[in-house]
Amino acid sequence: MSWQLAAGGWQSGFELCGVPLRGPVLNGSGTFDAIAARRAFGDALLEQFPFDAFVSKTITVEPRDGNPPPRLWETPAGMINSIGLPNRGLEGFLAHDLPQLVELPVPLVVSVMGFSVDELARLLSGVGERAEVAMMELNFSCPNVETGLVMGAEPEETEAAVDRLRPLTEKPLIVKLTPNAVDPAGVAEAAERAGADAVSLVNTLKGMAFDPRTGRAWLGGVTGGLSGPAIGAVALEQVHAVAERVRIPVIGMGGIASGHDAREFLDAGAACVAVGTENFRDPAAGRRVAFELAEPQALPVRD
Amino acid sequence: MTQAATAAEPRTLAPPGRRLARVTANDALGAYRLISAHDREGPLEPRPGQFYMLAAAERWGGGADERPYLPRAFSYARARRADRGALLEFLLEAVGPGTERLGSLDPGDELALVGPLGVGFRQPEVGTRPLLVGGGIGTAPLVCLADELGAPRVLLGFRSGAHAEAARLFERPSLATDDGSVGRRALVTELLAETLQDEDLPAEGLATTVYACGPPPMLEAVRTICAERGVPAQLALESGMACGFGACFGCVVATRDGYVRLCLDGPVLEADRLQAVPE
Repeated sequence: MSWQLAAGGWQSGFELCGVPLRGPVLNGSGTFDAIAARRAFGDALLEQFPFDAFVSKTITVEPRDGNPPPRLWETPAGMINSIGLPNRGLEGFLAHDLPQLVELPVPLVVSVMGFSVDELARLLSGVGERAEVAMMELNFSCPNVETGLVMGAEPEETEAAVDRLRPLTEKPLIVKLTPNAVDPAGVAEAAERAGADAVSLVNTLKGMAFDPRTGRAWLGGVTGGLSGPAIGAVALEQVHAVAERVRIPVIGMGGIASGHDAREFLDAGAACVAVGTENFRDPAAGRRVAFELAEPQALPVRD
Repeated sequence: MTQAATAAEPRTLAPPGRRLARVTANDALGAYRLISAHDREGPLEPRPGQFYMLAAAERWGGGADERPYLPRAFSYARARRADRGALLEFLLEAVGPGTERLGSLDPGDELALVGPLGVGFRQPEVGTRPLLVGGGIGTAPLVCLADELGAPRVLLGFRSGAHAEAARLFERPSLATDDGSVGRRALVTELLAETLQDEDLPAEGLATTVYACGPPPMLEAVRTICAERGVPAQLALESGMACGFGACFGCVVATRDGYVRLCLDGPVLEADRLQAVPE
């Protein structure tokens, strides 16, 4: 993949897994709800859409309410969330969400999570066959009820799952890696061996907070995921380690809040970057990062 | 510039990004601070009950525990047209690193904001009389609502006389304080119960609609009192938010229909949607 400065942004012909993109800035799954944002911002959101591809919130086979509140805790330079993947489920997504997401001006990536490989298979075939969907992302940060292991925590689990899922869709398959693994690069290699087209990382780091008044866990879900600039250095190291070991594109994320941050991830070997928690602070963060990245002095030139 | 997303939803759309507004004043108002900011790029007419996500443009972070990091949600108290843009007023009380930093802003400093966000108060039905009930810092969104409704009846409750200074933002409110230093020594919800009691035979046949904002125990009492008497009530709730525009799913409150995102479907909810106001 080659990077060159083109007037007004990234060179035409830029692509990720064969899908043409106008630039390299995505959103992290679950950090931007384009349907909700359109209610708050109207059609101006579409005219100034902040990302070059849109990654949906993770969907599951069955609808989920999510975790009981409180769901958020602010930390130094970051936050812990315990949201619990609320979503409408596969049928609700296809009937309600997908028709609205299709109106976005950029390619759509649908993130899915299953509590078993069977569930993932249903999601992949149910969503992957839809022409409106450009790519699929497998959120592997969840325990497999069949084995009790977090699917993305071990190379063997990952390889077995991707091996079975790969043939079920012709769409490019992105495997989202958890940073809570002993060897994320080993997991990435396993995903590549089994036919993944790209890997994305990092998901949130496990975290926890206690209510100072009661001494009990603050979050309704007890534990949660840490994100924001607080995890930037950890994410960079993992992206670097993974990019050294795989040939497929790496989508790097973790605390990116500026073009400078994004450039570090590209320097670490990422092909694309994703903005996550910074979207909460500024709904236009993706556009701002892309703009800062395209500034000539900020742009890496690679062959 | 003002647009309604749908005719039914009292919502003015926000520009899709964070922008800077210049602080024009930051004055003590008893125990609170009233901050004014000149918003040159936002809509001129937010709807009462809508809110803005606020952060100081400089030194946001590095306070107690190296916070704040996330912006903080504030209902606007008043919005006025100003030379090129709107002058927004926010009432705040320093209770943590975010409100402390915002409270320390000087005129000329820049405020980073996103908004207006959320769904505001719905207009009273024709033939009903609005009754506004506010507690503490929760009086803020009732200021612009009272202005819009044209001197409605207003009941306000505060902890102390210093807090009750915020009542100066209203015309002739009925006042209660916990310590009796100003107005009645009572809870504002006692004033509400008495007012509704006196109206068992509504004057001129006009039914009352209650508009309330305040701490959760107060709102729960308002909800109960109104439910017992069959009086419709709109409650402006509060919940910890990261984003304010439906992205983070952090601010959910339990309703009879399950969790709703307060930033998207609220912060104003019809009281009968709630089994109880969450603590």
